[in-house]
Amino acid sequence: MSNKLSPLSKAFLVLIFLVLYAPIFFLVFYSFNSGGTMYDFKGFTFEWYKELFQDTRLLIIVLNTLVIALLSALIATIIGVIGAIGIRSFTSSKAKNTLLSLNNVLIVSPDVIIGASFLILFTMAGIKLGFYSVLLSHIAFSIPIVVLLVLPKLQEMSPTLIDAARDLGASRWDVLTKVILPYILPGIFAGFFMALTYSLDDFAVTFFVTGNGFSTLSVEIYSLARRGISLNINALSTLLFAVTLLLVVVYYFITQRVRQTGMGGRR
Amino acid sequence: MQNKMSRNIYFIPYVLWIALFVIAPILLILYYSFFDIEGNLSLINYQKFFTPVYLKMTLSSFWYAFLITGISLLVAYPTAYLLTKTKHKQLWLLLIIVPSWINLLLKAYAFIGIFGTYGVANGFLEAIGIGKQQILFTDFSFIFVSVYIFIPFMILPIFNALDEMNPTLLDAANDLGASRWMTFRRVIFPLTIDGVKTGCQVVFIPALSLFMLTRLIAGNRVITLGTAIEQHFLVTQDWGMGSTIAVFLIIIMFLIMFVTGNRKQGV
Repeated sequence: MSNKLSPLSKAFLVLIFLVLYAPIFFLVFYSFNSGGTMYDFKGFTFEWYKELFQDTRLLIIVLNTLVIALLSALIATIIGVIGAIGIRSFTSSKAKNTLLSLNNVLIVSPDVIIGASFLILFTMAGIKLGFYSVLLSHIAFSIPIVVLLVLPKLQEMSPTLIDAARDLGASRWDVLTKVILPYILPGIFAGFFMALTYSLDDFAVTFFVTGNGFSTLSVEIYSLARRGISLNINALSTLLFAVTLLLVVVYYFITQRVRQTGMGGRR
Repeated sequence: MQNKMSRNIYFIPYVLWIALFVIAPILLILYYSFFDIEGNLSLINYQKFFTPVYLKMTLSSFWYAFLITGISLLVAYPTAYLLTKTKHKQLWLLLIIVPSWINLLLKAYAFIGIFGTYGVANGFLEAIGIGKQQILFTDFSFIFVSVYIFIPFMILPIFNALDEMNPTLLDAANDLGASRWMTFRRVIFPLTIDGVKTGCQVVFIPALSLFMLTRLIAGNRVITLGTAIEQHFLVTQDWGMGSTIAVFLIIIMFLIMFVTGNRKQGV
């Protein structure tokens, strides 16, 4: 605020934003091209969108992707919250740090490693590759992020709150559902949301464990893109971009609320 | 205490997750790396890894990851710095992050169109008199697209570090007669080094393992460790060799985390 940006700095920022957004708008723009290529704009058409909505196979894949995302986010959130409460209940910081390091392994591992190792795991365990293997791996790689988002909220909560509730005669279940969970709710929402985007966004892990019969959107886009340009993908990406923007707005408001309700005590 | 008992019971799903999806996969990768393609116990994979073919691939993978990280840093640092000077910085930051929420494959696909023979980039080159060039399937396109994809992940931690810096320190440096370059080198950069380290960590490790980009953008010209792992697991079905490369990737990952290391634990 205090020091104004020089014109050169402004130009630099504008350039960065242009480069960041150009490819996305490029895709959106050509999704309306009746010419069928990503150059040489012939005329405006909705043909590709129509084709997209008539493609039942693709619609089933979209549905699969959504079901996987919602289910995996839900289950990952439940297990993640349990994990966070568990980690918090340890008193020794050594045990806590060990658990946290283990928790973070899947966050820092490259996708290829996660995918390859899960492929071995499912093959050894005799789980058929398909819906369940994809669901299980999405749950698995979403849990740590939920834990990381819920834990700070738990740590911020004063333990006297729980003592007070216990003194006033609340059962353990009451303490959990009436004191702890409402307090950490913003963290839970943020965790669920992150898990959702992790799942929707994932390509590499799914690619390894998906097998032949089952496909998610990312995997489908990959196999379409390997075959070359088809403006159906452009139409699809326009729709996905719109959904993403919507999610970003929702996420922004959720985190704003978290920031408002949460930042008080810390730092 | 009764406390401990009940904790152990509800903690089970989380511990199960750690055992099955964090520890077991790593052990399985290690286990598989000792089997050759026929399933006999041997060290042949490790021998193969130390032949010039694989060592060269590892080195070139490193070189590419290094270039990608370096260029990202060179672009991201000034961007982050200028962003902290803007008026609605949180909003601008959000706008930088939005493109990272769009499926990576769609962005790669956009570049197939942009860099293609008749694409926008070639149109531009022709207009300024350079003429058509082969852009897609070159090292340049691979590095450009990778940097494009990783930039937001580099900007975010640097932005946070710069944002947390106490502005009075700059005034102090200024009052004590430091030049702007001196202030940057002695005050700003050392104080934001943690952000830089985090940024390099979140870019370098994935840059070693991206296989979809090498397939889509670099047209199999560039082979990274990730590409090799994918190739062995899904194409040649030589899981042993794939696991061996994965073992080295894991080791490299830990080394990098150790070097860029002890950033403040997440909580």
